[in-house]
Amino acid sequence: MTAPGTSVRVIEGSETGFATTKLDALLNWAKKYSLFQYPFVTACCGMEFMAMASPRFDMARFGAEAPRFSPRQADLLWVVGTISQRQAPALRRIYEQMADPKWVLAFGTCASCGGFYDNYTTVAGIDKIIPVDVYVPGCPPRPEAVLDGLMLLQDKIARGDREPGIVKPRRDAAVLGGNLVKLGKKDKAAT
Amino acid sequence: MSKRVLEILGEKFGHDVLETHSQFGDDTAVVSPARWLEIARFLRDDPRCAMNMFVDITAVDYLGRQTQRFEVVMHLRSLERGHRIRLKARVGDEDGQNAEIDSVVSVWKGANWFERETFDMFGVVFRGHPDLRRILMYPEFVGYPLRKDYPADKIQPLIEFRKVQDKLPPFGPDEGMSFGRQTHDYRRDEPGGEAN
Repeated sequence: MTAPGTSVRVIEGSETGFATTKLDALLNWAKKYSLFQYPFVTACCGMEFMAMASPRFDMARFGAEAPRFSPRQADLLWVVGTISQRQAPALRRIYEQMADPKWVLAFGTCASCGGFYDNYTTVAGIDKIIPVDVYVPGCPPRPEAVLDGLMLLQDKIARGDREPGIVKPRRDAAVLGGNLVKLGKKDKAAT
Repeated sequence: MSKRVLEILGEKFGHDVLETHSQFGDDTAVVSPARWLEIARFLRDDPRCAMNMFVDITAVDYLGRQTQRFEVVMHLRSLERGHRIRLKARVGDEDGQNAEIDSVVSVWKGANWFERETFDMFGVVFRGHPDLRRILMYPEFVGYPLRKDYPADKIQPLIEFRKVQDKLPPFGPDEGMSFGRQTHDYRRDEPGGEAN
C-alpha cells in the first residue's frame, strides 16, 4: 500500500549494495544474541534468577531468554547457587555434554568462590571443576549486576575473548555525588 | 507441664533414668542406652504419655567433656496431651567406638531418615535400623564430618579439581576462605588493608 501521490521504485541489480564483515565477526554477532541457557539452579540465588528472568528485569531483552533443560541444546551454563562436592560430578558432566561453543556464568558468590562456606561439603568455586567465563559476585547479586555480567559475556563473545571476566561493583550515582537520597524527608530549602 | 511424664518415667524405669531436668517448660530425661527402645515404646503406648509424634533425633559430640562422648537426643511430642519431652542417651567412648544404640524406627517410622542422618554425621550406629547408610554425604565419604575431631578444612572431592591457571585478582589461591582460616594481620590504613 502506498499513499496517494507517492511512487514506488524497485531497486535492481547493481543498486542494491552490500555489507562486508569478517565471518568470525558475523558468527560471533549471531552467537551473542542467541544464547540458549541451561540454568543449573541449586540454592537461594535461584530466587534471584527467577526475579531476573521475570518481567521486571527481563533477561529476554538480551536475546538470552530461551532456557533449555537439556545440555545438548544449551550453550550458556548458569551456575546459580552453592555447589556441593556431591553435585560436582553432575555439574561437570552437564558441562561436558554441552555442545561447543559454550560459556559458563557463575551467578553469585557461592558459585564464584564458595561464598562463606568453608567446610567439608562445598566446592570453593565452580572454577575448580569447570572453566568460568564470567563471575558475578554478590550474595545474592543484584539483578543489575547479573545483567552487567550477561552483557559482559556478550561483549566477550563478540570480541572472541575467552579470558574470565568479573562484574565490577557499580557505584551508586546518588552516593558518588555525596548526596544520599533521603526518603520521606522533604528538603526545607527547596520548599 | 511434662514434668508428670518425667515422674512416670522415674517410677517405671527407676535407675535407668539417670538424670532429669526441667527448665522453662522443657523437660529432659537422660536415660540408659540399654533401655532406649523400651522407654521409647513405653512413651508411645502408655496412655498417660501418648507420645504419638516423633519430632527429631540427632546427636551431640561432647569430645573431651564426658566419658561417653556422644549424646543421642530425641524430641517427642504428644498431640493428644500437648506435652513434649526430650530424651537423651550417652553412648560411645573417646575414640568414637561403640557408639551404638537401638533404632526407634519400629516405634516411629519417621525416625528412619533422622537416624540415617545421625549415623551419617556422627557415626552413631542404630541397631535394628532397616536401611542404615549415608543420606547427605556420598557413599565414598570417609569419616563423620560433624564429629569434633573431623578436620574443619578437610574436603573429600569426588572428582579431581582443575589445575586452574587463569585466576583473577579477587580469586587467589586462598579463595573460599577469605575470612575463615586466614589471619588479617595488616592494619586498615596499610597497603592491602581494607581501606584500599
